[in-house]
Formats: sequence, structure tokens, C-alpha cells
Amino acid sequence: MLLIHCPYCEETLPEAEFAYAGEAHIDRPADPSALSDEEWRDYLFIRSNVKGPHFERWRHVHGCARFFNAVRDTVSDKFMTTYKAGDPRPDLTAEEAAQ
Amino acid sequence: MTRFRVEGKGRVEHAEPVNFTFDGRTYTGLRGDTVASALLANGVHLIGRSFKYHRPRGTVTAGSEEPNALISTSRGKGRYEPNTRATVQELREGLVAESQNRWPSLNFDIGAVNDKAYMLFSAGFYYKTFMWPKSFWNKVYEPIIRAAAGLGVSPGEEDPDRYSSRYLHTDILVIGAGPAGIAAAKSAAQSGARVTLVDENREIGGALLSDPRVKIDDIGAWDWLSAQLVELEELGVRLMMHTTAIGYYHQNMVGLCEKLTDHLDELPEGAPRERLWRVRAGQVVLAQGALEKPLVFDGNDRPGVMLAGSAQTYLNRYGVRVGDEAVVVTSHDSAWYGAFDLADAGTEITAIVDTRDTPRADLAREAERRGIRLFAGHTVTGTAGRLRVKSVRVNPVRDGRVGAAVTVRCDCLLMCGGWTPSLHLFSHTKGSLKWDESQNAYLPDHRSEACHIAGAGRGLWSFEAALNDGDVAGRAAAEAAGFEISDHARFAVAQDRPGTGVTHKELPTDRDAGKARAFIDFQNDVTAKDIRLAVREGMRSIEHVKRYTTNGMATDQGKMSNINGLMIAADALGEAPPRVGLTTFRPPYTPTTFGAFAGYHRGATFELTRRTTIDSWAEEHGAVFEPVAQWRRAWYFPKVGESMDAAVLRECTATRNSVGIFDASTLGKIEVAGPDAAEFMNRMYTNPWTKLAPGRTRYGLLLGEDGFIRDDGVIGRITDDLFHVTTTTGGAARVLNMMEDYLQTEWPDLTVWLTSMTEHWAVVALNGPNARKVLEPLVEGLDISHDAFPHMSVADCKVSGLPARLFRLSFTGELGFEINVPARHGPTLWKALMEAGAAHDICPYGTEAMHVLRAEKGYIIVGQDTDGTVTPEDAGLNWAIGKKKPDFVGKRSLARPDLVMPGRKQLVGLITENGAKLEEGAQIVLDPNQPKPMKMVGHVTSSYRSAALGHPIAMALIEGGRDLMGDIVHVPLPGVTHRARITDTNFYDPEGARLQV
Repeated sequence: MLLIHCPYCEETLPEAEFAYAGEAHIDRPADPSALSDEEWRDYLFIRSNVKGPHFERWRHVHGCARFFNAVRDTVSDKFMTTYKAGDPRPDLTAEEAAQ
Repeated sequence: MTRFRVEGKGRVEHAEPVNFTFDGRTYTGLRGDTVASALLANGVHLIGRSFKYHRPRGTVTAGSEEPNALISTSRGKGRYEPNTRATVQELREGLVAESQNRWPSLNFDIGAVNDKAYMLFSAGFYYKTFMWPKSFWNKVYEPIIRAAAGLGVSPGEEDPDRYSSRYLHTDILVIGAGPAGIAAAKSAAQSGARVTLVDENREIGGALLSDPRVKIDDIGAWDWLSAQLVELEELGVRLMMHTTAIGYYHQNMVGLCEKLTDHLDELPEGAPRERLWRVRAGQVVLAQGALEKPLVFDGNDRPGVMLAGSAQTYLNRYGVRVGDEAVVVTSHDSAWYGAFDLADAGTEITAIVDTRDTPRADLAREAERRGIRLFAGHTVTGTAGRLRVKSVRVNPVRDGRVGAAVTVRCDCLLMCGGWTPSLHLFSHTKGSLKWDESQNAYLPDHRSEACHIAGAGRGLWSFEAALNDGDVAGRAAAEAAGFEISDHARFAVAQDRPGTGVTHKELPTDRDAGKARAFIDFQNDVTAKDIRLAVREGMRSIEHVKRYTTNGMATDQGKMSNINGLMIAADALGEAPPRVGLTTFRPPYTPTTFGAFAGYHRGATFELTRRTTIDSWAEEHGAVFEPVAQWRRAWYFPKVGESMDAAVLRECTATRNSVGIFDASTLGKIEVAGPDAAEFMNRMYTNPWTKLAPGRTRYGLLLGEDGFIRDDGVIGRITDDLFHVTTTTGGAARVLNMMEDYLQTEWPDLTVWLTSMTEHWAVVALNGPNARKVLEPLVEGLDISHDAFPHMSVADCKVSGLPARLFRLSFTGELGFEINVPARHGPTLWKALMEAGAAHDICPYGTEAMHVLRAEKGYIIVGQDTDGTVTPEDAGLNWAIGKKKPDFVGKRSLARPDLVMPGRKQLVGLITENGAKLEEGAQIVLDPNQPKPMKMVGHVTSSYRSAALGHPIAMALIEGGRDLMGDIVHVPLPGVTHRARITDTNFYDPEGARLQV
């Protein structure tokens, strides 16, 4: 079981308190009707599916109930960092160097 | 005194006999014995039959890596366990053990004909043998294979034991309480760290238990161990015996299985049998030692052939000589020490066969001093003896050529092919291993977790080296965990037993190697020849070789066979072993009971059961319940002797004719509050909400962003800034999660608060033409006449003196009210309504009648009539879409090409011509005479008998269904094909007149 740091509670807690919520940094278009079928398809279904650092959303569902973002290495299944929803993508140089 | 017990020797209690039975015969062992050691003390080597060839097999090891000595054990009703390792199961008074995989008896087993036909059972034989004819697969091959497969017999009765589970947090977890683990635990604990030391055995000591003559710091090994036990306790080390580390997971979480009662004569009242620990450790020290490898030669599996180190363990730890005349065959120095100990205890060592040309001079001298015949640079090419080894063929090897054989008599053959560091747990973490050329072994390389490996696990073979290495590892772990460390303890060991050796593929032979029964994996009956055949047949990856031959796939996970298999595969492939690589070790380290994993999650505590506050009334009144999501809901209320069908029809009729009462408390309820509540609702739901007046309600439809129906429910506007949202019973948490997601991450600018109210309100639905007559006298502060409180209204009031939120709505097509009161008042309200309704023969109804009543009206149930691919248009719910709204979740997708394509499945009604009730899930075809496979155009989603209509009704999703109104479709079921007419889904009172009364 993983330990996950909630950036709102500022505590590292067991995975059982959290729920995965898909890839991060995919904004819902402001005006979906302006999008072509292809653009809307990409928004709905196309995900990066990376091998390595993956930007993803989690929810501290059995805690503060907030959604937040995380970077998890899909190879090692290790969390590199977590950060609040709305914050920009973190610079991973330091984390990558540490690994 | 049993024949092979050595008086006064070992750690067993010689004054405390313990009786047990094996295959119905009574034997006597001693307190401290395992089943295996007790049987060996009685001269019993033959203990089971092998999996594939049913070859007689004996105990081959003295530990949890045992592949052969699998027995079933039992102690009364339900307490039966197959495939117990006799080498691990401690003796207890009255233990009942049985051998496995033999019929009619262990000595004479019919299945042994497989052994004569071994040429047929080569690697991949399943893939080759049982292919043709195809028609034989289901009726002939599979039943035979299934009957023959598997070891032991599954328990047939419910397990009466309890299993517990616990969490543990510790600074440092040391796994393995041998010399390295003890030293590590001590040095770590001296730093002040919280230390936990676990071992699967009943006492600490590891290999020291098998080597009593060793002296540590001038103290005899066993006295030293006694002193350590005291010291560890003084240092506050948590010592857990009978505890196996079964898996090593992310972030230093280790699973432990602690066996609590299997070794006890009497079961303590209420004690759990096993306890599963989830340990989170700051640092882990792996001190699991090494496992001895067998040598691979023809007949290396006969009863009496065992690992040399295990024979040494049986002698020194259990006081058991494994035979009277032993031959030792080895490629490693360690076996020599065992041979000397046995010789000194009275077993004649007929010969030591060392595959190396020049054994160590000091060992050779010791052998000579004891008069042991030495065959250096020799090989073993075969054994003889049916149920017990009686002789061994020994041949000289010169320059790779095998010379003439001599036959040496023996009643046991002790083999040693070197040692494999036990790195299973390390491998669970994806720690990488590196081939060490000098040791011919894999040693730990890159670590992925905060762990330290000590002792034999990283290739250190002497006690002194292991102790000092453990001390270093313990201090390193303490330092890494942030503790101040003490000076290095220096252990000095006298009469140590260091050694080196070489690793072989199968031993050379002067006979036809293709006919050699040289086993690698004893439990799965895989021979050296099988590995070579797999390579010849094109397997290149070690993972493919493993699966094709099943090498290492038995319950011992190849603890003995892994490296031998690799050496032979590498040789066959013409590659160096490290280029071929190892297969992956996976948890659990040793077989673990389902009970331990299940823990408390069984029976009533398997999953939580949610009950409404009215549930106990339903139970008292004979309700039959069904699970809905995590709730248990009253399904129907049968009268004495009444069938389900009859009860449901009666409940439906009573509701349509007078009044029915229903516990709707499980409905999901979410309060959407705040100045932007209406805007939020507009964006989430398909319907328009801006103009919905406070006090009015509306059917709300929720889509996913992909345009498919996710949930529905009636939503009331209480005030301008407060909506009372209801959801489906199963969808409540999902809907709230979805709302929170959009609110927190897409529209954080909206000022809205979401609150789950599902368990805050108890909800009672009152439906039927007499519903108002029952309710009206109980209502205070509200006029509920049709004009003042029309259909789809909501208001706060008092009902029976209780604060209430009253909805007028209907999921039955009848005049309906849903009365919400604070949950604690649910039973009071229910009883008041039952009392008030008595004059109108009020009838409690369950979820089944609710389903029928709603289906008669064509009201959908999300998840039954929809399946995640149904759009509002498909379900005939386009009227619920706010056409003028610029956007809502899922709106854009409703214009996607696939969602507007003609021919999509649409929800329609079905009525059979013959009056039969269709099966839900039944497939629908247009032409029943078309060739198979038929084109299926849809399926039945809901189907019920209808009291109100006098014939069964069904709903179905059918391609282009609404264009086929009135057409006949066909529903082929086993033995009969029904004709059914496509109709509207609103079967009953299509004008809705009964709602407007």
C-alpha cells in the first residue's frame, strides 16, 4: 500500500484514504461547442499513457475530500511529488536527480 | 526411544513424548519435533507421491522450502488443511496427518504407471497431447486432467477458525533471526530505535541451531543464543516467532503471517489461528540466509535422498539420524561438516563423493581420520531402490569423460549443490540481482526500497562473517532511520565452518542422458531433460522455459530449483547464466491461508451492510431482503406461505387500488447550496433550473462528459439558493464525487457547497389513490390538496408532529408523496403512517413491487435499463434536456457523429404474444430463421408480471426500436422462441390522469 502526501492536509497517509482520478492538467474547454468532433474526442478520450513521470489527479476522499495533483513514476509506482489543484506543473529536475 | 533418535541430542524434549498418526498409524515423536523429524526418527522417509509421475518421495529439506513432504493435517471438524509442509508443521499431541496424491495407498499407487510412461509426459505435454480431436476437449480430456491435477484435496467444510489482522509501525524490521538477524537487531536496538525481529521458526538461531559446536566469543552457540534472547528482550526488541514475512511491498510495507495455534496441543478458547500483520518499517534488514541446492542426477528424488545441510539439521536440532549408512555427494564444502557430525553420531558415512578434483586438505584429513572413503572428482550417475534408496552409482570424471561405475550401498544419500542466497523478498521490491562469478550465485545489487541485506543473503558463508555483517547492517539501518549509532561490535567465532563450492548443471553421466530421471523441480516433476527439450522446441526466454516446463511454478516457487534450472537452460541456450536471467519471485514467500488474507472480512463482516432506520420494522414484519449497493433493502413482504410472485402481485395491486407504503430512505440525497447553486445545477444536469420556482421539483438527468446517462432523480428547489437533489441508491457517492470534481477543479469560481444528506433523512414513500387520505390528517402547516400542492411540489412542514420535508412526486404513476424526516424519526413516522393507513388497508411494499410499478409507467432505472452507452435520445428522455442552455456536462458529446447515428439502440416496450414473461438479458432478433450466428438487435432490460395490466411487460433496448412500433420481434430462449410486439414503454395510464388527483 502506497503512502501519499496530501498537499492540503500536509500529511502523508495510506493509499486507502485516497482515490485515483485520472490524468491531470486536462482542462475542460471553456466553450465545448466551439470544438470540432476530433478536438472534442481528444479531450474526452486521448491520454498520454506515459512510461515514467505521470501527472495525475487524486482525491483525498476519506480525508479532506480535496482533489489534488501528483506526479507518479509509472515504472516504479513511486510518487515524486504532490501539489494543489490549479498549481502549475512542478519542475521535476530535482526529483529526477534524486531518483 | 525411537530407532533413529540420538539420546540427549538436539533441541527436542527427550522426556516429553508426543503422539500423532500418519496414514492411520500411530507414531511417537518428541516435543519440539516437526512432523518430518518425528517420522524420520521412526525411520520413515517415504511421505508422499509426486505430482505428475506419482514417484515415491521422501523429505528432502528441513525447512519451508520443502517440495516433497506435503501432508494433509486435521484436528476435528473443519480444521483440515491440505499441502502442509511436514518440515514446518510442529508436532502436537493427537495430530492427524495423511499422505497425499496416492491411491489406493502410499506404498502402492496406481498413478505410478505415469512414471513408466514418462516419455509421454515431457515438457509441454498438455499442449501436444490433448489437442485432437477437438470434440474430446470438454467431455474427455478436461475432466481427466482436472481430476488428476492439483495436490491434496480442498477442504469441504467451513473453517471454524478466526483469523485476525493488525497494523504495526516500527523503525526497523529485521527479517530472519539467524546470526546476522540477531546481530542486526541488537546493534539497531542499541541506538534506541524500535526494532522488530521476525522469524518463521519457533525459536531464534537460524543455522546456529544446526551447528551447536560453534563458539561465539568463547561461548557455545546455544548458550550464546540463550543469552541473546535475554539481551534482545532487555533492549526492547519486539520478537515475533512463527511469523513469516510473506511479501515486501512499496514504501517498506511488509506483510507478515503469524501462526498462533497450529503448534499447540489444545486450542485456546477464541484465539485466532493466524494473524496477518501489515508492517510499515522505516528501514528493513533482510537476513534470510541461504537455501541449499540439490544436485541434478538420475534418481536424485528417491526417498532417502536429501539435502546434506538438512540431514545435519535433523541430527543437531532434532537429534535424529536420517539413516544408518549414508553416502554424501557434494560440490560444496558445507556437506563435509554434516557428514562428520553424522559419523560422530554413529551413522556410517560409506563415502563422500565430491565433484571437485581436489577437496580442501583439512576436510580430506578429517574424513580420513574418520575412515570415510573419498571419491574426489567423481560424479553420481544413478540410484536404486523402490521406496527407499539402497545404493548409488559413482563414476570418476577425468577431462570431461565419465569412467566406469562402482555401486556403493547406502540407506540415505545426502547431496549438496551449493547454496542460493534467499532473496525472494528483495525481489518483490524489484531490487535487482547481479550474477557473482566467483560464487556462481545471484547477489543483491540495486535496491529500490530502504533495506539492507546481511549475512548469507549476500553470499557470506561463515558464522563470523554473517554476525559481523549483521551488526553492520543493523547500525546502517539505525543510522538511516535517524538514530545515533554505537561502535561496531566484533564477533569472534571459533570452530567456524566456512566453505566454498562450485555450481553445476546436471551432473555428467555414462548413460543415456535422455533417459535420466534427474529432477530439478521436485514438486512439479520437472527434469533436466524437460528444460533442454523446451529450449530445443524454441523457448528462448527463461520465462517461457519456466511456463512450458512448469519449472518453479509449484507452491515452493522454485526455492530449490531456480538456479539449477537456470544453469541447465543457459547451457542449452549456449549463453552465460546472467544473460539468461532469473524468473520473477512474487509474494507470498510461502503458501499462505486464505483465512489469513480474509482476516475479519468474512460472514457478516465481509462487507459493511447499510441499514435504514426502518430496517428493523421490516425485519420484524417478515421482509425478505436484497442487497442494493451496500444497503440491504426490503425486497417484498410475504405473508405466511406466500410465494414471491404472489406477494409482489398483491403489493402492486394494493398500491394501485388503495395505498402502499415504501421505505425510500436509501435514495441518495445531496444538498446543493449557495448563491451559485442554480448556475451549478444548470451546468451539471441536462435540465434548465433557473426558472424552477422554490417549492417546485423537476426530474433531473445527469450525463457523463461522454453524453451517456449516469444518474437521475427528482430535484426540489427549496429556496433560491438551495436544491434538494436525489440520486439513485447506488449512484449517490459517485454523483457527489462527480459534482465535487467539477466544483473543485473546473468551476472553483462558483460559490456552492455540497453536502451528502443520504443518512440525514429517512424517507417514506406513500403511493396510491388513497395516499392523501392517509397523509392529510397528519400534516401540520401545509395544505396538501391537489390545487394547493400539485404534482411535483416540495415544502417543509410537520408530519405527525415531526419536522418534515414533503415531496409530492411519484415513481409509481399513482398519487404519491415522499416524506423526509430526520433519520432518527423514521420508525416513528412509519408507524404513524401504518396506523393512519389501517383504515385504507395500507400495504408495505418492497423493492420488487417498486420495480414493477415503475416499469408499468416506463420509468427507467439507471444501470438496469441503461448500461453506460445509452443517451437521453436512446432512452426517450430528450424532453429532459434544456435545449436553450449553452452548455452542460455531456452536451457537446450529444452531437458527436456516433451519438446521432441512425440505428442506435432505443428503449421500447415489449409484450409477448403468448403471454410469457421474458427473461431479463435475453437477446432479440428480427428473423428467427436466419442462419447462426444470428444478428442480435438488442436485449431485454426489464421484465415483470403486471397485476394492473393482466399480462407480463418488458422493456428492451432495440436498434432503431422507436421506428419499429407495432412490429414483431423474436426472443430465442432455450427450447422456445417468443414473439413479442414492440410498444411504447408507458404501459399504464399513459395520459397520467392518476397523478393529477
